[in-house]
Amino acid sequence: MATNTQPVAVKLNAAVPEGPIQEKWDRHRFQMKLVNPANRRKYNVIIVGSGLAGASAAATLAEQGYNVECFCYQDSPRRAHSVAAQGGINAAKNYRNDGDSIYRLFYDTVKGGDYRAREANVYRLAQVSVNIIDQCVAQGVPFAREYGGLLDTRSFGGAQVARTFYARGQTGQQLLLGAYQALERQIGLGQVKMYSRAEMLDVVVIDGRARGIVVRDMATGKIRSHLGDAVVLATGGYSNVFYLSTNAKGCNATAVWRAYKRGAVFANPCFTQIHPTCIPPAGEHQSKLTLMSESLRNDGRVWAPRKKGDNRNPRDIPESDRNYYLEERYPAFGNLVPRDIASRAAKVVVDDGYGVGELKNGVYLDFADAIQRLGKKIIQERYGNLFDMYMEITGEDAYNVPMRIYPALHYTMGGLWVDYNLMSNIPGLFVIGEANFSDHGANRLGASALMQGLADGYFILPYTLGNYLADTKADKVDHNHAAFKDTEAEVTEQITRLLKIKGKRTVDSIHRELGEVMWNNCGMGRNEAGLKEALAKIPAIRAEFWENVDVPGESQDLNQSLEKAGRVADFIELAELVCRDALHRRESCGAHFREEYQTEEGEAQRDDENFTYAAAWQFSGDGNEPILHKEPLTFEYVKLSQRSYK
Amino acid sequence: MNLKLRIWRQKNAGSPGRLVDYKLDGVSADSSFLEMLDLLNEQLITKGEEPVAFDHDCREGICGMCGMMINGVAHGLRPAVTTCQLHMRHFRDGDTIIVEPWRAKAFPIIKDLIVDRSAFDRIIQAGGFISVTTGSAPDGNVIPVSKTKADLSMDAAACIGCGACVAACPNSSAMLFTAAKIAHLNLLPQGEVEKYERVVGMVARMDTEGFGGCTNIGECTAVCPKSISQDFIAKMNSDFIKATFAGVTAAEK
Repeated sequence: MATNTQPVAVKLNAAVPEGPIQEKWDRHRFQMKLVNPANRRKYNVIIVGSGLAGASAAATLAEQGYNVECFCYQDSPRRAHSVAAQGGINAAKNYRNDGDSIYRLFYDTVKGGDYRAREANVYRLAQVSVNIIDQCVAQGVPFAREYGGLLDTRSFGGAQVARTFYARGQTGQQLLLGAYQALERQIGLGQVKMYSRAEMLDVVVIDGRARGIVVRDMATGKIRSHLGDAVVLATGGYSNVFYLSTNAKGCNATAVWRAYKRGAVFANPCFTQIHPTCIPPAGEHQSKLTLMSESLRNDGRVWAPRKKGDNRNPRDIPESDRNYYLEERYPAFGNLVPRDIASRAAKVVVDDGYGVGELKNGVYLDFADAIQRLGKKIIQERYGNLFDMYMEITGEDAYNVPMRIYPALHYTMGGLWVDYNLMSNIPGLFVIGEANFSDHGANRLGASALMQGLADGYFILPYTLGNYLADTKADKVDHNHAAFKDTEAEVTEQITRLLKIKGKRTVDSIHRELGEVMWNNCGMGRNEAGLKEALAKIPAIRAEFWENVDVPGESQDLNQSLEKAGRVADFIELAELVCRDALHRRESCGAHFREEYQTEEGEAQRDDENFTYAAAWQFSGDGNEPILHKEPLTFEYVKLSQRSYK
Repeated sequence: MNLKLRIWRQKNAGSPGRLVDYKLDGVSADSSFLEMLDLLNEQLITKGEEPVAFDHDCREGICGMCGMMINGVAHGLRPAVTTCQLHMRHFRDGDTIIVEPWRAKAFPIIKDLIVDRSAFDRIIQAGGFISVTTGSAPDGNVIPVSKTKADLSMDAAACIGCGACVAACPNSSAMLFTAAKIAHLNLLPQGEVEKYERVVGMVARMDTEGFGGCTNIGECTAVCPKSISQDFIAKMNSDFIKATFAGVTAAEK
């Protein structure tokens, strides 16, 4: 795929507008060019993905009058994995009168990201957060209410204010349904053409601009291309490079990876977030991990036995034998420390032999105190569906015994590099939501992914994309253009190649093997030796895949093995880039914890002098080392400091 | 545990399907139903056979993608769970398990256990939304909503669109799905303005898609992984009658 692409010189220009941070976005909105409403229907915009970012962007651009084509691999746009987000969405509404402000949300996000995000983007995110809540309420999202009828909020990790809006434990579902319904309305009006069970397999670049995509119809196997004046990737993250993650089984990196191989640079791939509260794996058969919302840490207390291998029933372990390690170590934030800190602390406890459960691979999250304080009914009201879910999966009743939890791969802060306008270095190729390298720096705070997805889709892209279209005079192209024909041919060739291997290993078995290497060597703790080992092992896995995978079935058919094979082929390549990035970043920051670089207390030790930049990698041909570009990060408003949650 | 599986295999919409028997050994009681099928598929691929095609995605009971008839019951016998949440500890060693796709005229089979549920999306297009354009919303706290109403609306909004209600219904009715969306929106003040157009439009669409009518059997609620109450169907009927009296008809829309 794209082996003949010569690397073109990349100059990263973040295009951050001038002026004080509070005014940048407003000024920029005024300065950007507009497309006349009558002319918008002449433009075709392609949006890949229908999660919070994709669906909100598709609906909003269609409302503005653009012709939109939207693609998703599921059978309906309502199933995109945003649906699974449980806890909530942050917004600087300050309805609680507890000291919140746009500036504070901005500050918390930059600090939570361990100073590896672009300040101007984060400030804008905090600014539009308030509009998101308004929009969602108007759409009929049934947010939790107080008895007076006003919106309720709760607190979340990494913040000392209660700014998280929620709809039971199904906030992602309800926000997605809001965006999905807005999208369906536009489909009904003929303004959006929706393609479900459609997987984007490549992007078509003509004269340096993104002009379309090549898609496989997953029901019939047909390959076809679609033309666009702009292409928007809203395809989510790449946690499944680790095989076991909380992502849906279908979540994949193929769209962003193919864009990377066409010249889009990939930023901070090693910033992968581990969620501290997931159900620990139960054995070999495990196909994915299930998250228990971070909101549980509001009322649950995390602990492990003080004695190694303590096999007593947790209810029989007296207080004196329990180690509430988060509360002890971080008295100010206690159980609500950010995700990276909570995850690493759990890893230390388990690695040291204090793990609980049959496989000794978890720690306890205990609700006994909360139930005693508030009563079972209130806990049930707050988290009932999570407790039910836990019961189904483990067969244990968390009202009576503490939950067992352990960190799992959950979210990827890294992604395709974008400028302030959310455009990649390929003009006309926009990347939104989790798929871009994001506003979360090296670590995302809870309830901020939903915020970013919807900010990008509802309130940022609809402005910046119009500016691009108004500013661009590109030649008309059609399906007969050589670039479309060539890209289609390359996609078809790869499919033929996969089906021809007829080896002995299933796609899943190779994916699992890759995941093990990634989790062991590039997971919660990373070090030079381990990363080098991974970089030696991954090419071997890649070779094994291309020589010995068995993809049954045909191309012109619904073929789930073939779908998986294409995704895993890309994951293997991406895995190498993740490890390479992790190896090059000789510091610890946020979710990227290099064991060599830690403070005496075991916290992440940043190296601001040498690493205050976004690392953007450029593809330079198969078998060649990617080229590293650096976008320096400057902090004018938030002072760089050692994060402290004590 | 060791199992005997009888699984519906069908190459595509045009070919006839049939139940095929498989023996599957060494299934962990802690694995999920779909992980059990993963194991079968791994073995089938290794034997050079085509794996069983089934829809699935989040595997945590929220995306609504998975769904199959397990021993004749949509999502299996456990109440209030999706197929992906169903765990093998609820079966016994030596059990025979019959696995079939959703069966309904409006859900044509695509392959094996995969059906086409796009009719649900078209029902939503017919009114399952509040017409509010991005950017035009007032402050979120301008419209107070009583907690009781918001909670009831949320009960309805919890629907995951899996289609179990249709598959379980002897009439293949989509009334529970449609009613849940109507109730979610019509219960809220924001949804009030379009309430009659919504119910009339969605019900009309439901009928043209080929779903049957409701005869109050209640199987839909019984199998619903989110326990959506049948009461919402009564509410839909009431809204529909009021809309008719108000003179709102599908043709007018």
